[in-house]
Amino acid sequence: MKRLGLLIFAAALLLAGCRHSSPQTPKPAAYGTQITEVSGGKQLAQVGSPLPQPLVLQVNGADGNPVTGALVTFHGDGVQFTPAQALTDSSGQVTVEAQLGYNPGDYQVTAETPKSGGGAASMSLREIALGYEQTVGRMLNDKYCIRCHDPESTPERVSNLDNLSPAPHQFTDGATLNRISDADLTNMIAHGGPALNKSPQMPAYGATLKPAEIKAMLSYIRTIADPPYQTPGVKYGK
Amino acid sequence: MDDNNKPGPLRSRPTLRELAYFGGVSLVLLVSLAIAPAKNYFSDWRHYQKSYLKIAAERQSGTLVRSFHGGIRQTWIAKLGVVDRCESCHVNMNGALVGATAQPFRKHPPIPHEIDQFGCVTCHRGQGPATSVEEAHYTTEAWEQPLLPAKYLESGCGQCHLGPLEGAPKLSEGRNLLSSMGCVHCHNVSQPDGNQLTPGDNPPPLTHIAEKTSREWIYAWIKNPQAYAASASMPNFLLNDQDAADISAFLMAQSTPSAASKVKIKPVAAASPSGADAATEATTLYGASFCSSCHAVQNEAGNLVGGNFGPELTRVGNKVNPDWLRRWLNNPAAYHPDTRMPHYRMDDKQVALLSTFLLAKKDNDLLANVHLSPSTADSVAHGKKLVTEAGCAACHQINGVNPPQNFAPDLTRVGSRALAQVVFAPGMKHNLPDYIAAKIHDPRSFGPGLKMPKFTLTDSQTDALATALLAQTDRAATYPKELIISGARPSNYHPGGDAGKLMDDLRCLSCHAINGNGGDMAPDLTWEGSAVQRAWLEEFLKNPNTLRPALIRRMPKFNLNPREIKTLADYISVAYQGPGFDSQTLDTHSLNADSAARGKQLFYSKYGCQSCHIADYKNDKGYVGPALTSVGTRLTPVWTYKWLKDPNALRAGTLMPNFGLKDEEARDLTAFLMTLKAKQGGGK
Ligand code: HEC
Repeated sequence: MKRLGLLIFAAALLLAGCRHSSPQTPKPAAYGTQITEVSGGKQLAQVGSPLPQPLVLQVNGADGNPVTGALVTFHGDGVQFTPAQALTDSSGQVTVEAQLGYNPGDYQVTAETPKSGGGAASMSLREIALGYEQTVGRMLNDKYCIRCHDPESTPERVSNLDNLSPAPHQFTDGATLNRISDADLTNMIAHGGPALNKSPQMPAYGATLKPAEIKAMLSYIRTIADPPYQTPGVKYGK
Repeated sequence: MDDNNKPGPLRSRPTLRELAYFGGVSLVLLVSLAIAPAKNYFSDWRHYQKSYLKIAAERQSGTLVRSFHGGIRQTWIAKLGVVDRCESCHVNMNGALVGATAQPFRKHPPIPHEIDQFGCVTCHRGQGPATSVEEAHYTTEAWEQPLLPAKYLESGCGQCHLGPLEGAPKLSEGRNLLSSMGCVHCHNVSQPDGNQLTPGDNPPPLTHIAEKTSREWIYAWIKNPQAYAASASMPNFLLNDQDAADISAFLMAQSTPSAASKVKIKPVAAASPSGADAATEATTLYGASFCSSCHAVQNEAGNLVGGNFGPELTRVGNKVNPDWLRRWLNNPAAYHPDTRMPHYRMDDKQVALLSTFLLAKKDNDLLANVHLSPSTADSVAHGKKLVTEAGCAACHQINGVNPPQNFAPDLTRVGSRALAQVVFAPGMKHNLPDYIAAKIHDPRSFGPGLKMPKFTLTDSQTDALATALLAQTDRAATYPKELIISGARPSNYHPGGDAGKLMDDLRCLSCHAINGNGGDMAPDLTWEGSAVQRAWLEEFLKNPNTLRPALIRRMPKFNLNPREIKTLADYISVAYQGPGFDSQTLDTHSLNADSAARGKQLFYSKYGCQSCHIADYKNDKGYVGPALTSVGTRLTPVWTYKWLKDPNALRAGTLMPNFGLKDEEARDLTAFLMTLKAKQGGGK
């Protein structure tokens, strides 16, 4: 009685959850010993939106060969999968679409496949949801920064990275950027390379971007860092 | 009164039964009286507030605990019609309790507005006044407004921000699609400021279609437009064979000769070049005319290469009649007066080369199985009936069929449509976002007799469209005017005089904007006269070479004659002048060798301009911005100076950063840049 609200809430969640999972669990026709990522990890999507590419995972047997008909189950706090459970196809792979939740930041996706003797093999993927601030950051990055900071070219946009020395880092490069403080990054974006005694080939954006935009840029860089950026301070879960 | 009801002696004692009744009734009364306080006591918000205080206390945050005000918390914003009690449970929206990651105690992620000025339901929907988790978030019997799924959140922004909005890419994409997919040909979508969204596609008139194509092609196309061109925006009307055959019969029958048909052209044989040389020459011409800036062709890997401003040309050889194509290349406006395609001044040989090249783009299987029985008066009449009913004339001009009025439901307030008015398809979830998305994704799932055709959209395009439509709310329509931020509306500027006629013939405004009217594919020309030197302009019009080797979209060569070039150059240099480009802003006498030497130093050392620009092909490699090797012959000194001081003021949205240069730095850099006079086309 005391937790009436909670109960209703939980029941509603359960119901909502049930609607998304397929009514019947498919029966595994075979069992593997190992599950690996083929593609789909470390993607970016706006909060509540589907990831641009599906998750593709492969189940292998003890001999290292792909296993057909193995059951793979997906979990992830706040993540919706279609389908949430599937059997591997003839090449030992499953393909599912995933939609991230309401909150910006990291989502952990776990895929699990039962082993024949009991127990399960599992693996985790990291996916990243962008909130308003990171979305603004991403748009600014795509407009101003990406040509110099991303080695990849597209038909619309040729990378300029090779023309620069020292070469700038990609914003996903957590190993490097996580070590630079918020203040220093902000300073570098606002006042250019020379602000930190670095190359003037990094232009100053302080007169082009508003302070809120620089903050958004910083938030984007922090959010997509790989390995993830740890905010200083403690986290309280439940 | 009769005996039975005579008042008897007062009974001193109630019977047992009566006592039991009385007791029962009082108990019921007591319990029912207690329900309200109990419900209150056990309410969700009380529970959450207690756990919040517990966490705060555990973390020894005495100030948080002491400053906490319990009870129902309400945000009331009369002018927005907001009464929100969400913060009764979501007590930590401002993040005072640092690091709480579980709901309802999460900090609200940063947004550009103060929450207490806009409330929660403005963006998230849900039931603001509700005080239970269930009623606030979900659809219940009494409430029909559940929380908006996060993927549609940007629709909240779109209630006030009516134009493109940074940080809301989905909303902006959705609005673009409403226009570019042509939704607004049939549906009215008006914004709270009265702006009516207008179509951004340019469906061809069908009044002369028999000149352009065959009945077989029309049949195949209307059966499945995407089988002909994967990128086609024309929707699929899911016609059966008979109906498609009759429509094609009618369209051929209503066709009348166009102005173009009167133009004499060389007979095909005489003008047709052949051989390997001709093929190379044609490919070069296709490239040099920058056809691919607007038209895409599928390459062998199946990828579309080229722009989407004009129709895809992968199988154009299946579609067009050779004579029509030659006349079209000769002058498109003679066939379609409102076409966006420029009038290239091609000679007979060029027309022949290009048409042969294009006619070879075909797929022999496309029409192989189309065998239509000859059209009859009946089939034509039936075709006309179908065309009228399907609303084809809402997009296309058709002889004998008037554009339908109010053909499809008005979507101006669709984001607030009451669920009671909505007819759901079987098995659908009963909420508005799902309904709108399903209508966009598969309209015929609501019934095979419905008229709305099926568009070819990706899931993310469907989400974007639904987001844009969910922004069309009752709430927005009643917001105070000062909250509404209108989008830019195109002006109706058109250049005048002889130059104006010429610019219209060349369709300059298809790509360039001038004085608020025109496309965004190429630079805005409003101040072009202030920006470039006259001699350069003439040279460029004669032989446009791109300033940015890395760009796909480029200015095509129109084969203008010297008189046309002079007319254009005169007009542009006189009419397209901006304010403040005079000697008061920059005294050109100060641009001497010393100044240039200092400028060179600034260019290479202090500002590292070579990371994006090439001033000297030998040493520099940057190609984010245009090459500057001959900028001294291209730009005027005063434009250069003002540009360096504040690029965004001259061209909003430019990539070039504002470096906050001091006046003398900008002057020195200008002096240096004006010394760069390499012969044009030094690059590629
Ligand atoms: C013209 C090319 C260019 C552009 C455009 C550019 N950068 Fe850089 N950036 C550089 C270079 C070069 C460096 C390396 C400087 C050094 O290490 O001396 C750099 C370094 C940085 C660094 C320090 C970490 C690192 O990679 O060494 C940050 C942070 C940064 N840039 C942010 C940005 C942001 C944000 C933008 C867009 C608003 C941007 N940059 C646009 C060239 C560019």
